[in-house]
Amino acid sequence: MPDSAAPIVELKHVSLRYNGTWALRDVNLALAPGESRVIFGAAGSGKTTLLKAVVGLVSVDDGQIELFGQDVTSMKERQLFDLRARTGFLFQEGALFDSLTVRENVEYPLLNQQSSNGAGLRGDAECRVREALRFVELEETLDKLPSELSGGMRRRVGIARAIVAEPPLVLYDSPTAGLDPITANTIMALILKERDARNTASLVVSHRYQDGEILTDFRYDLQRGQLTRLSDREERQQRHTRVQFIVMRKGEIVFLGTLEELEASDDEYVRRFIRREENHAQ
Amino acid sequence: MGRFLIPWVASFQEFLLLAGRAFGNLFRRPRYGDDVAVQMDVIGIGSLPIVIPTGALSGAIIALQMARALSTYGANSEVGPIVAITLVRELGPVLTAVIVAGRNASGIASELGSMKVTEQIDAMRALGTDPLQKLVTPRLIATAVMLPCLTVVADLAGWIAAYLIATPLTHVVSSSVYWSTSWRALQLNDLAQGLGKPLLFGIIISLCGCFYGMRTTGGTQGVGRSTTSAVVAACIWVFLSSFLIDKMFY
Repeated sequence: MPDSAAPIVELKHVSLRYNGTWALRDVNLALAPGESRVIFGAAGSGKTTLLKAVVGLVSVDDGQIELFGQDVTSMKERQLFDLRARTGFLFQEGALFDSLTVRENVEYPLLNQQSSNGAGLRGDAECRVREALRFVELEETLDKLPSELSGGMRRRVGIARAIVAEPPLVLYDSPTAGLDPITANTIMALILKERDARNTASLVVSHRYQDGEILTDFRYDLQRGQLTRLSDREERQQRHTRVQFIVMRKGEIVFLGTLEELEASDDEYVRRFIRREENHAQ
Repeated sequence: MGRFLIPWVASFQEFLLLAGRAFGNLFRRPRYGDDVAVQMDVIGIGSLPIVIPTGALSGAIIALQMARALSTYGANSEVGPIVAITLVRELGPVLTAVIVAGRNASGIASELGSMKVTEQIDAMRALGTDPLQKLVTPRLIATAVMLPCLTVVADLAGWIAAYLIATPLTHVVSSSVYWSTSWRALQLNDLAQGLGKPLLFGIIISLCGCFYGMRTTGGTQGVGRSTTSAVVAACIWVFLSSFLIDKMFY
């Protein structure tokens, strides 16, 4: 297998129990550069735990997690910092540092990396912060505090902070949860833009079937600066193999496949995540 | 019995681990000097408006009570030494620590607790920062440095207030006798205790605040619980350690 196709995230038989309950149970997963996995599941099914386990924010009981080819499960907290610096993470509510301004929040990963490397390129950091905020169309909020922003704007600043260091992998934890459909689609467009502009691999936890559809059926047109629905059949086919869907139940992966396979599934639990949207559409 | 004891022992073990890591970080990079300065300002300068009146009133109360009691035995000149020794050895450090515990252990626990429940601590870890180094160690340094300073300020305020009560107001003792006797009464041992105790109390207060803040769970209610637990634990440990130090030097 060529290096470019080697998975940047690989979970092998990963299990974790909290107070006797399975949070993750024999989870196997691989993600190559440029690929996306959309994770569905009921509340408490282990979706967030899975994302946190990937970067070692929670320690697992069994199994092995490889991130950029290194075994996360055998590393100490301090050894993980370099790997985490190469991974973007958007938390559920954005998790912006509320005592810092938008500029300082987005700048944080860059200054953090500079201080650990002993370098000090403040001017360069400023440029990259502005670029990241321009990417999420919030450049005008530089000096605002997170408390002055709406929920959707906080989520967009969270995306800017996650991508400012241009990581090859971004983990999105419920990026559209609690947002109105228009804002949710804006957030998904940004995720798509990041994926197509930089060929970033992503794990996206979601409750909206529509989020998965957007990632599968659309691409970001860099020249026109907007989303375009895939028309060419071959391109659609290729895209469908790069975006796969995972459904989790009680810590287990009960479904892994493409959008078509998801829609064709006759499992009652798996179909809940399709029906919900059908109900919404009605 | 074991059902209650095991969680308590486990918590104490976690507390010792946090303390060990926080102290270990003193010798590691990166160092967050700006955060230490901000915390010194919040804890030190921010506590002055409450520490000065408390110290002054404590000194005034001791002077009033002692003046009355000592005049019965014709030992009015002992007001100064009693005020000095009581303030420097015990009341200054303990009262200042209790005030700082109420004000800052609660502040630290609620700030870190809010960060914990809103996933800001996880975000910090995900961005490659050690939260103990960034959040706990600066608060530990700031409280350990500022509490002895605040105690000296409280002692001086109490000493001056006691002088105002004993000399111009009640005329129990002359000005020169008050200052000379109280100054001479203080031994090196008293000064060592007067500065050593607040250093230890500062460490206890900051670690209690950080410990309960960092283990907060359960949303905003959890933040409230952590804040209360931090203040209660800090006060108990301050009194207990003060008693143990007194017993050691008795």
